[in-house]
Amino acid sequence: MAKVTFTLNGESITVDEPLNMRFLDILRMKLGLTGSKEGCGEGECGACAVLIDGQLVNSCLLPLGSVEGRNVMTIEGYRKTKRYKILEDAFIEEGAVQCGICTPGMVMASESLLNQNPKPSEKEIRIALAGNLCRCTGYEMIFKAVKRAAKEGEGLW
Amino acid sequence: MKTKKDISESIRKVDSEEKISGRAPYTSDISVEGMLYAKTVRSPIARGVIKNVKLPDMPEGYYTVDASDIPSRNVVSMIYEDWPVFAEKEVNFIGEPIMLIVGPDKETVMNLADNVEIDYEEKNPVFDFSNSGVRLHFDKGDVVNAFERAAKTIEYEYETGYQEQAYIEPQGFVGYIEDGGYTLVGSIQCPYYVKNAVMDTMGEDEDKVRVIQAPVGGAFGGKEEFPSVTACQLAVALKKIQKPIKFIYEREEDMETTTKRHPSKTKMEAALDEHNNIIGMRSRIGLDGGAYIGLSGVVLSRGMLAVTNAYTIDNLDVHGDVFLTNTVPNGAFRGFGAPQMIFAIEMFIHHIAKDIGEDPYVFRKRHMVKQGDKTSTSGTFRDPIILDDMIQKAVEISNYHDKAKAYEDRDTYKGIGMSWFLHGCGFTGSGESDIIKANVKLRKDDEDNVHILVAAVDMGQGPKTTFRKLVADILDVPIEQVTFNYPDTRYVPDSGPTVASRTMMVVGGLLARAAKTLKEDWKEGEEQTVVKQYEQPDYVEWDQDTMRGDAYPAYSWGVNVVEVEVSKVTYEVTVTNAWSIYDLGKAIDERIVMGQADGGQAQGIAYGYLEVMNHENGKLKQKNMTDYIIPTSVDVPKMENHIMDNPYPLGPYGAKGVGELTLVGGAPAVALAIEQAIGRKVRKIPATPESIMELIDNG
Ligand code: FES
Ligand code: FES
Repeated sequence: MAKVTFTLNGESITVDEPLNMRFLDILRMKLGLTGSKEGCGEGECGACAVLIDGQLVNSCLLPLGSVEGRNVMTIEGYRKTKRYKILEDAFIEEGAVQCGICTPGMVMASESLLNQNPKPSEKEIRIALAGNLCRCTGYEMIFKAVKRAAKEGEGLW
Repeated sequence: MKTKKDISESIRKVDSEEKISGRAPYTSDISVEGMLYAKTVRSPIARGVIKNVKLPDMPEGYYTVDASDIPSRNVVSMIYEDWPVFAEKEVNFIGEPIMLIVGPDKETVMNLADNVEIDYEEKNPVFDFSNSGVRLHFDKGDVVNAFERAAKTIEYEYETGYQEQAYIEPQGFVGYIEDGGYTLVGSIQCPYYVKNAVMDTMGEDEDKVRVIQAPVGGAFGGKEEFPSVTACQLAVALKKIQKPIKFIYEREEDMETTTKRHPSKTKMEAALDEHNNIIGMRSRIGLDGGAYIGLSGVVLSRGMLAVTNAYTIDNLDVHGDVFLTNTVPNGAFRGFGAPQMIFAIEMFIHHIAKDIGEDPYVFRKRHMVKQGDKTSTSGTFRDPIILDDMIQKAVEISNYHDKAKAYEDRDTYKGIGMSWFLHGCGFTGSGESDIIKANVKLRKDDEDNVHILVAAVDMGQGPKTTFRKLVADILDVPIEQVTFNYPDTRYVPDSGPTVASRTMMVVGGLLARAAKTLKEDWKEGEEQTVVKQYEQPDYVEWDQDTMRGDAYPAYSWGVNVVEVEVSKVTYEVTVTNAWSIYDLGKAIDERIVMGQADGGQAQGIAYGYLEVMNHENGKLKQKNMTDYIIPTSVDVPKMENHIMDNPYPLGPYGAKGVGELTLVGGAPAVALAIEQAIGRKVRKIPATPESIMELIDNG
């Protein structure tokens, strides 16, 4: 066990758990933040994606120790933002949600993309989402949702 | 007067917000005070007899649960009863469950499970197609005579591989004891399949087993019968331990040990007359069932019924077998036997045309079904068929003919392929009326809110939205006045499983009838309940023994066009474009249907060229998302889909089935495109770079 301090969704937090514990388990099991999902547990599906210092990271591959002093944003924090509202609306309007298990991760990936590139082309969207698997939608409506969000949220990113 | 919107006009899905925000409580998100964790101990060998089991030292509060704990029957009751809850003496596949280890600390549970030592007497496993577990046969006309008078016969064999559902949320349940009974909350398609199986294994009455659907993170058939296995195991553990238990699979375990699409081998033989018309066909299909039959016989039957796809062939002889092998049992997967068969027949029709030197497009069209024709099982295609218009539209939007011509130039290494196909809606034959007997209920409370009570599961395909929309539209009330909660067998009647593209046509159809009755009888401020039960359309006649008659009350239709480019160097396939046209009667929500179209096609196309799974001596070689490849956002082609209305008189607003239809034509379309690009006949999917290289080298 070791104390690790980091910023989680805007607030400083200290947890006392083994340093090698998966950060996804810290979120889901210790902190009750179940918005980040576990699809594969091996860094392939992106369902567990969170932002660390603005970078998209799969939390299932991340040991607790590595978040010391860093700034973590999960869907629970992100959903309070204006940008989230734009993305949420776009995902609904375009029908981008089916079973929904990939969706929080997709939203985090979309945020990460739009943050770096507020007006992405379809090709750029495809590349940015390539680490997030969706088995339901065939992605088409997700691409449309990201494009819509970029347009509707112009100036926010 | 306000004019009513067309029912197909899309609305916002009612459950998207909770899913996007991460609030929707999927099974693994659920915690129950004091819950334990369970892990399965499995056979490492493909076939053998259990000789001795040596447990590690079990700390206080840790338990084993095995066959000896089963109160009633050690069988998972599904359509065919041969699948044990836990292996007792024999093991028949690598990964077969032998016992559970259950306890409070997950890590400790995992360690204990790893340290159970089991001795086996190994036996010779069977992997080839030699041991038939189910054999089916039907015929039509006089096939012997057709072959006797044939001017020519042509024969080919087709092969398909495994496909893994690869839902992103693995299998799981949370179970607890409630009022002396068992409550199971899980990621499932069929609440009543689970309930009935658990009652049977536990020897318990109706009121002692409660099954609740949690939000389902993808299923595609993979959560049709398989969850009955884990539910029975969990119920046995609950009885023994009397504490809440969380039982979630990890990805590797899920991929290595749960049901998949059956690998198949199909032999096709056609008899042609002197005008090059097909006058008869013999086919023999073999499915690899894995170690237990489970649903495989029903999968085989749906496959066989699709043998002539959207073509009319007067004389037929169709044999099918489910072969038992010492591998993971295979089972339901969107399409349910049809994708294998539609691949085989679409390729076969093309291969015949090529062999006789006729333009495949012309040849196929000549054999295409028309309204009034006899189906493969001598039933009748009663309803209007608009396939001609659909094909024309598909040809136009894809510029099919020009491309097909241009790509005849082999140096382009490009190809375009077109499949057309049908899919029977609902259970096969008399299944709906004899086995399922669906019931639905609408309850209106004294505030005039209407509650939909059915066991249909929203696993992403949208009934939470479409059912509410449908009922609200008929009642002419705002959608907010209609509720549809996640099914809980304590409250909802058995409206049947969420399978076979039956949800909207059958369950939705019953709901529409219930809503009409409620509307006619509407008493403001009063509680009212309306119940409806399925009635077979009276024209449907089906003889299960001879497999003759109307196999389905209605058919949905589709056309897929796929364009590919094959790398000259690596033989890697890039799917550049895909177009599709569907006749599903009437869309209850166009955008939801389009979502099915995109997703189904992505799966269907990937089945044809991308998704590879195989085993070596019974051990699957792909066990996680790293080595079992499903399409990513950079793999999927640009897709353009259209629907064409062709309302089915008995469906709600004319709706027929959707979910499976969108998958079944993908593989032949992409295989035909690859065939053109490489100038070789493709007879096996997935058409991987290795198999393409082999075709190019060996012809
Ligand atoms: S669960 Fe982390 S990438 Fe799949
Ligand atoms: S919506 Fe189901 S996995 Fe993406």
